[in-house]
Formats: sequence, C-alpha cells, structure tokens
Amino acid sequence: MTSPAEQIASSPVALPDQERMRKPGKRENHFFRWLCLSTTWLSVVVLLVLLVSVTRSAWGWLDLQFLTSFDSRLPRRAGILAGLLGTMWVILLTMLFSVPIGVGAAIYLEEYASNNWLANLIRLNLANLAGVPSIVYGILGLTVFVRMFGLFGPRGTIQRYTGIEINGLFWLDSLQGYLIPLPFGRVVLSGALTLSLLILPVIIIASQEALRAIPPSLRHASLALGATRWQTIRHQILPAATPGIMTGVILAISRAIGETAPLVIVGAMAFVNFAPGNVDSLAEIQRHPQGLLKAPFDTFTVVPIQIFFWVQKFKSEYKSVAAAGIVVLLIILLLLNGLAILIRNRYSKHLRW
Amino acid sequence: MSLHKKYTLARFREQVIEGLLVFCALLSIATTVGIILVLFTESIFSLNGEKAFFQEVSPIQFFFGTKWAPQFAEKFFGVLPLFCGTVLVAGMAALTGLPAGILAAIYLSEYATPRVRKIVKPFLEVLAGIPSVVYGYFALEFITPYLIRPFFHDLLGLDVDGFNALSAGIVVGIMVIPMVSSLSEDALRAVPRSLREAGYALGSTKYDVCVRVVVPAATSGIIASFLLAISRAVGETMAVVIAAGQSPVITLNPLKSIQTMTAFMVNISLGDTPAGSIEYKSLYAVGLTLFCMTLFMNILSQWWMRRFREVYQ
Repeated sequence: MTSPAEQIASSPVALPDQERMRKPGKRENHFFRWLCLSTTWLSVVVLLVLLVSVTRSAWGWLDLQFLTSFDSRLPRRAGILAGLLGTMWVILLTMLFSVPIGVGAAIYLEEYASNNWLANLIRLNLANLAGVPSIVYGILGLTVFVRMFGLFGPRGTIQRYTGIEINGLFWLDSLQGYLIPLPFGRVVLSGALTLSLLILPVIIIASQEALRAIPPSLRHASLALGATRWQTIRHQILPAATPGIMTGVILAISRAIGETAPLVIVGAMAFVNFAPGNVDSLAEIQRHPQGLLKAPFDTFTVVPIQIFFWVQKFKSEYKSVAAAGIVVLLIILLLLNGLAILIRNRYSKHLRW
Repeated sequence: MSLHKKYTLARFREQVIEGLLVFCALLSIATTVGIILVLFTESIFSLNGEKAFFQEVSPIQFFFGTKWAPQFAEKFFGVLPLFCGTVLVAGMAALTGLPAGILAAIYLSEYATPRVRKIVKPFLEVLAGIPSVVYGYFALEFITPYLIRPFFHDLLGLDVDGFNALSAGIVVGIMVIPMVSSLSEDALRAVPRSLREAGYALGSTKYDVCVRVVVPAATSGIIASFLLAISRAVGETMAVVIAAGQSPVITLNPLKSIQTMTAFMVNISLGDTPAGSIEYKSLYAVGLTLFCMTLFMNILSQWWMRRFREVYQ
C-alpha cells in the first residue's frame, strides 16, 4: 500500500500546468458539490414523499373505528386492534427477556472481562450476529421454540423412543389445559423469544457504549471507598449509564416493532380477530384474570404482519387499509424515536464528568 | 487479621453475580451455535432419523439446477433462479444505494455546516428506522406506478410487470443509504485534517481534495460499509416479498417479476407445509445458503477493514 501522502505527491493535481487545469477544475468543483448536496437532500425528499403518499392514501380510513376493531372481510370494517394488542404482548415479553440479559452481557464484557479469549470471542461473535439476516432468526425460532426440534407431542422424538407422550407442563383445571404447552407452537411467546434473540446484539452493543462512556474515576472512587465490584456497578455505574442504556433499548425495541420476516416464519397468523388470551379490555382482565396467563400461549398477529397481509389482498380498498396501518405503525415508531432523543438530550445536559 | 481472604457470604454473592453475567454473555454464543445447528438439521443431517434435504436432493442438483418448483407435483430444486433473483435485487440496490450513500457521506463530512448536519442526520436516522414492510408498500404503490411505469413503459415502450425487481431494488437501495452514509462518514472523518490541508496547500480545489485525497485515504472503511450494505440487501425480506413478486425465473431483466431466496422462505412459511415434507426441508437448505452468503460478506467486510486500514497518528 502506498501511503496517502505518496498518493498526493503523485496525483495530477500537483502538476505545474495550472492555467490549463483551473477552469475545468472549477466547474468540476461546483458540479461535485452540487451533486453531493442534492443526493443528500434527495434522500430527505424521498422520506417526505413516502410519508406524504402513505398519509394521503390512508386519509379517511384512519379513524377510531380502525383503531378499536378487529380485522374483517369487509375493508370498511377492518381494524388493527388485534395487531396492536399482539405487538404490545410480543414487545412486553421481548423486553422482559432481552433487556436484563443484554445489559448483563454488556456489564460482563465491559466491567469484568478485560481482554481474555472469551470476551474477544463474544465481541467477534456479536459483530457477526448483528449481520445475520432477520429471516434466519425466524428459522431459528421456528425450530427451537415453535417446534422444539420435534421432541414433544404425539409422534415426537421422545414419544417414539420412550413411549412417553409429553404435551405440556403444569395442568391447570381453570384453563382446561396446560399452563405451558410443549412444544410452544405458533404463539406469542415463540415470537417474543425469537425477537429477543434478534435484538440482543443491538442491546448489548448499545449498553456497552453507554457503560464505556462512564469515566473510570467514578469506578475508582467507589472501589476506593470499599465498595465491592457489584456494589460499584449496582449503585454507581448502572444509574449513571441508565439514560444511555435506555436510549439503546428504545431504539432496539422500535426495530423489533417493525420486524416482520422472522414473525412470518415463526407463524403469526394471517387473520386474527381476537386478542391474545381474549384480553381486549381492562374489564375483561377483572372478569377473567386467567386470560393474562393464557395470553403468552395464544396465537397472535402484529401490526406489520397485518399490514403485509392487507397489502397482498386483491381488493384495492385494502391498499388504503394497509396505508392506515402503516400510519399507525410509523406514529408509534416516531414517538419511540422522539422519546429516545428526548432522553439523550435531557441527560447529556445534566451529566458533566 | 490474616492475609488470607475469608470466604464470606458477600464474596459468594459477588461470584454468583459474576457467574450470572457470564451466562448472559454466553447466550450470544449460544445463539450463533443455535443458528448453525438449526440450519444444518433438516438440510445436512436430521435429528429424528428421517432423511435430510441434501440426502434426498443432491447438492449438485441444488446448486446448479436451473429450475425451482418445490410445490408442484413434479418437484425441482435448483436454487439458481432464486440466487439470480437475489443477486438482481441486491445489484439494483447497490446501484442506487451505494453511490447515494457515499455522496451523502462526503457531503456530511466535507461540505455540510454543523447546522445542516444537525438537520439531515435525524432524517437519515428516521429513514433507517422505517420498517421494511413500509418500503415494500412504497415500492408497490408508488415507485412502480409513478416512476418505473411512466419511464420504462410509456417513454421507452418496455414491458413492466406489476411486481418487478427494479422497484424492490430501489427501495432496498434507499434502505441501505443511512447505513452506508453513516459508516462511510465515520471513515471519512477519521482522515486527519493535515492531509486535507496538505492538499489545499498544493493548490487543489475542494473536489480534488475530496476525491483524490480524503476518499482514497478512507477506502477501507468505505468498502467495508459497501460490503455490509450488500449483505443487508441480500438478506432483506419483506420489501422484496411485497414488491418483487413470486416467480422463480432466471433473468437479468429488472422489469420482470422474480423471486429471491428470502421471498421463497416467506412464501413457503405462509402455505400449509407439513413439517418433514421435502418442501419444508428446502426452507432450511435455502436458509443455509443465504446465511453462508451473508456471513461470507460480513467476514470479508471485517477482514477488509482490518487489513487495509490506514492508521494515522
């Protein structure tokens, strides 16, 4: 490799024949500046065109009825409630799994492991995991969570070799079934576990950055006062890193909300007109509290999958229904992004090391 | 007091916590192992004693066959049409996304004032955060009818399918712009000021400094970002499923309907394909091929970054 300095020395720019070079050089200069500028602003324009065209075809379709009703065979009656509730359940469970594990892994990598082989292997592994196409995670989820390698149930591998048929854990009479069916099947929990694995690298990397931004002096001060390692992390570092971690988590969650392909593979349903566990209102929770236990093991759909199936329908009115769904999805994502920016700005002002 | 460390409850607690944290970190390795294991089961070997995909279909037939028809009575498993569709979409995405991304990166790093950067960067972040279903809808309902059809059909008289590879390629290109521009911008910003000033001191215009000094000095980072973007385009799913169609044909005409590997995988999952059937196993074989392609490009990108990085003091 020649160093850039040598490249400059040998580049034609340095030729003495300046009179010949100057005028076309100036034109190039202007043209290039204009090209860079217009390309950058073009991508902003594309974003605006996208937003405007989607909003225009959603106009008149996005109303309270759309937000509060389930899917329907009639475009005018179709609503996105099943998707909203499904997304809510999936994201709640995803956060429950991925946030503690992701932050824990980041703490290990930043605070405990220095440069040992394990930490290096994990770092290399994270870089590669972040590049795995999301649909591959769908296959992982389908095999491990939905089917559990075909081990359980009638004609499962366990039944074939031992004669014992396992269909679930914890029989509950109030549910008229198992609390945890095995294999999980195409349910909320399978989707949430799949998405957890998908956003885990994102959360780990974001949390690592947040932890790295905490100055060593804070750690030293705490350790010098006699705090143990974990006390230092628990009471000094984590509170200081929380805004950074929260920003990363919110961005990871907004990615999970828009993620469609893995959930299609895991098997979110095309046409769902019920809420997971039939929990569709607060009154329903009071009447049938066991619905909350059932919900993670119920079939589901999410907002982007509903949009996907509406886009694919032949009736042209469904295009407007899809557009209305997209507007709802984008509003949720913009709110989350705004929240992340708010947290970032608010806390970066207060904390000065 | 002795110098020996006493084994107290507090120490035990510390160790338990460290163990838990190690466990969390190991889970990411378990994910990788899981992905590889899962893709190998059903395609190369099978856990439950049935035949795996490559035991029923020979790898030669799979990788060199020119016909893909897994759901017909007479089944063909040649992955080349899917591969061709994937390459076509990724190629179109590269043609639109890479130049736009690098030009935006040059603008943001070399030309834009801090105020303009502060306005443009959030827009690019939003562009990166829009789900791919939305891009699919945009391609199908806006790009094909309002851009591609008027230009290629009305103006040039070419046949344009309602589902076509070009519209999908363009939106996938738009999707990778933020990624290319932010990674390349980092690489451009890492080039020290002294190089730029040396260029100006020799009488170069800003264009000369950008194109002949800064960009060459940042090549390793730019190429790495290009490779990551292409890998992302290869693995992109929903936009392609919605906009590019479901017809596995070998063609280099971007105005035709095609099927990519990812689109096939979604398609087979939507149908009622029983576990254990050969179509079901083909999902794993195609998934394995896709995984290997993207992994290869990601590793190449990392290697390139490390191998050709210029280090400045």
